Amino acid sequence: MSWLQKMPLPDLPDNPEEPIIKIRNLNVWYGNRLVLGDINLDIPRNRITAIIGPSGCGKSTLIRCLNRMNDLIPNARVEGQVLFDGKNIYSSDVDVTEIRRRIGMVFQKPNPFPKSIYENIAWGLRIRGFKGNLDEVVERALRQAALWDEVKDKLHANALTLSGGQQQRLCIARALAVGSEVLLLDEPASALDPISALKIEELLRELSRDYTIVIVTHNMQQAARVSHYTAFIMWDDNRVGRLIEYGLTRDIFTNPKDKRTEDYITGRFG
Amino acid sequence: MKWREKAIEGIFALCASISIFTTLGVIAILLFESIAFFRKVPIIRFLTETQWTPLFAKKHFGIIVLGSATFLTTVIAMAVALPLGLMAAVYMSEYASERARRILKPCLEILAGIPTVVYGYFALLFVTPLLKKVIPSISGFNALSAGIVMGIMILPTVASLSEDALYAVPRSLREGAYALGASTRQVVTGVVIPAAFSGIMASFILGVSRALGETMIVAIAAGQTPRLTLNPLVPIETMTAYIVQVSLGDVPTGSLEFRTIFAVGLTLFVINMTFNVLSYWLASRQRRFKL
Amino acid sequence: MKERWLERLFKALTFISTIIGLLVLVILLIDVLKDGLPRLSWKFITSFPSRNPDEAGILPALVGSAMLLILTALFAFPIGVAAGIYLEEYASDNLFTRLIEINIANLAGIPSIIYGLLGLEIFVRALRGITGGRSIFSGALTMSLLVLPIIIVSSREAIRAVPRSIREAGYALGATKWQVVRDQILPVAMPGILTGTILALSRAIGETAPLITIGALAYIAFLPPLSLKALQSPFTVLPIQIFNWVSRPQEAFHANAAAAIIVLLVLLLSMNAAAIYLRNRFQVRFE
Repeated sequence: MSWLQKMPLPDLPDNPEEPIIKIRNLNVWYGNRLVLGDINLDIPRNRITAIIGPSGCGKSTLIRCLNRMNDLIPNARVEGQVLFDGKNIYSSDVDVTEIRRRIGMVFQKPNPFPKSIYENIAWGLRIRGFKGNLDEVVERALRQAALWDEVKDKLHANALTLSGGQQQRLCIARALAVGSEVLLLDEPASALDPISALKIEELLRELSRDYTIVIVTHNMQQAARVSHYTAFIMWDDNRVGRLIEYGLTRDIFTNPKDKRTEDYITGRFG
Repeated sequence: MKWREKAIEGIFALCASISIFTTLGVIAILLFESIAFFRKVPIIRFLTETQWTPLFAKKHFGIIVLGSATFLTTVIAMAVALPLGLMAAVYMSEYASERARRILKPCLEILAGIPTVVYGYFALLFVTPLLKKVIPSISGFNALSAGIVMGIMILPTVASLSEDALYAVPRSLREGAYALGASTRQVVTGVVIPAAFSGIMASFILGVSRALGETMIVAIAAGQTPRLTLNPLVPIETMTAYIVQVSLGDVPTGSLEFRTIFAVGLTLFVINMTFNVLSYWLASRQRRFKL
Repeated sequence: MKERWLERLFKALTFISTIIGLLVLVILLIDVLKDGLPRLSWKFITSFPSRNPDEAGILPALVGSAMLLILTALFAFPIGVAAGIYLEEYASDNLFTRLIEINIANLAGIPSIIYGLLGLEIFVRALRGITGGRSIFSGALTMSLLVLPIIIVSSREAIRAVPRSIREAGYALGATKWQVVRDQILPVAMPGILTGTILALSRAIGETAPLITIGALAYIAFLPPLSLKALQSPFTVLPIQIFNWVSRPQEAFHANAAAAIIVLLVLLLSMNAAAIYLRNRFQVRFE
């Protein structure tokens, strides 16, 4: 894996703080089919955790559990716990809209609203009754997403006129604007050209100083480039998605403990 | 904020359930007045008498009189709409170029959008005089004019639904027949139409259903003379035209004569419902047995 | 070969069948224009009906149709859109939802005169106190029930056309269902919804039978007062005026009917053109 040696590795050390999200005994069913079995995983604060694995093994399902987006799927059933700052987000007294505000999501295909760039960011705040200076918050979010310089003169242009990479950074900006502490990204760069993809990766590394990032990716080089930790998800013999291995990215890629991890990383399948 | 979301959902659900209330309302009022009617006039009289004279001194209540008129106009209308509609559907589906279809389809839709009172005008003041030149014995009000014009009005419906049915037949079926050297006519009549049969029947029956309920064309052009006949050249009165006649008159509400429109309405509703259900069942049958 | 001729004949038959309808349409329009155009004038549009056909006009009918249209829109639009939103965004696949959907499909196939009977019993008789009996209020309520299924169906289609990704983006930001519907879905779906509503109303403007049944009169020689009381006043509409004139034996009245038909068709054409313009101009297109 010589390409791995050539890639710059992330420079932040292992984070000893309490993990911001703790997944305990998570099981997910679609209808009668168990798609994710008994997942136990910790997401460290202010680091980038990559979730890798072959297509269809449950990576997207897993992160959609972290902000309860699976609630929107009629047949989906979730058992187990997802502890965010110590509290289970699936308990009945939890306000799901608050969870989603604090744990934001960016999707594979950029999905800005068909509104102006300004409105895309402002809307999330407006619906929560934000009374402060919207202009300030919009600018701050766009700066954080490394988009401000490119759009500051056309804040009221329609967001759909932006390029794919810019749209994706806009989606990141609006999640930051509402106050997300965690960003869940589901293959955020796979629909983009390689240069835009790299820009997103740089942005994520910047953001990880202040935010926790969880990124699903099928691109192993990307996972190796960008993440501090990696979790490898794969089917077991019953076609149920399981957490096969988890650890520091450098360990997973240079010294995987499970043979299946090694097979996947070396490209023997997947 | 949770209860506000629930309240909004509740209001929207209420709006959606108005459809249920409407159906219940229709059934309720038809039954309510009809039952009151049938207390005075036994059902057996309603079904077997051969005259319809509820507004005269000597009252007869044979629904078959009005029914025969509805039947006659419907049959004539379908004799026009069925073949023309199906053939038009075949043209649009199998022969027409994309450009032709883009122009012709909206034109047919326009035909469906003309108010029926305009069709009534046309039937009475253009078609009848025209027919009179060919059939001198035809009277000013007759079932033939009304039926023909009704058929033209229903043609787009039959054409559109039949076209959907033809379109749903898999290409592979057609290609198998063409590959054997068959002409389009042979492919259509031999393979496509039989395969789309249920859907085509569904469109026919829906057309019948519309013809049954049609009011203005028959009220204007077919006449208001109840007569038990199958002669298309004389004035008659359909079920729907009767309801209009009473509504325009001075019948006191709550009287027996008033109640007759509900008894007639109930009959119309039941027949119409039957055809609608039949049509739906046939359409779903084609969907289910699609190869 | 015999088949070549049969094929040609068949193709011709199908083409003729398609054209016949259009031919009839053209003949109808020419006939109406021929009879009605001479009679059409500004005076015709602004006069009241009269026993003298040459002095009769369509003013109360036109005003009645306009008022009925506005009132029907006022009732049917919010209810229809709300129902559409419920069925697309809130309802789950249970018996209640299934029942509603069956009913909506059903109602679209009921003859319009039955709606008239419904309106007669419920709005004109039972709710006489509120509606004022055979009034424009009752007429509007009846027509609302008639067009409601159409508005619901087109609202649903317009809402369904909004891409799922917009909804996901909205929910992922922590919005409630109503916030996503109100701020993201409805604005995008609105052109489609409005187009469907205008088309539904254009059907309503040509309806005659249900209004006759609820007692819209054929001879109205006055205009409704310019106040809320107008809701409870008797009325007539353009199609009924046409019906009335067609039913008279004098040819002069027939000419009036033709002229009124031209006005009605022009109104219809305008409404449909407006609907199409709206849809083309304001529809949001996603790449």
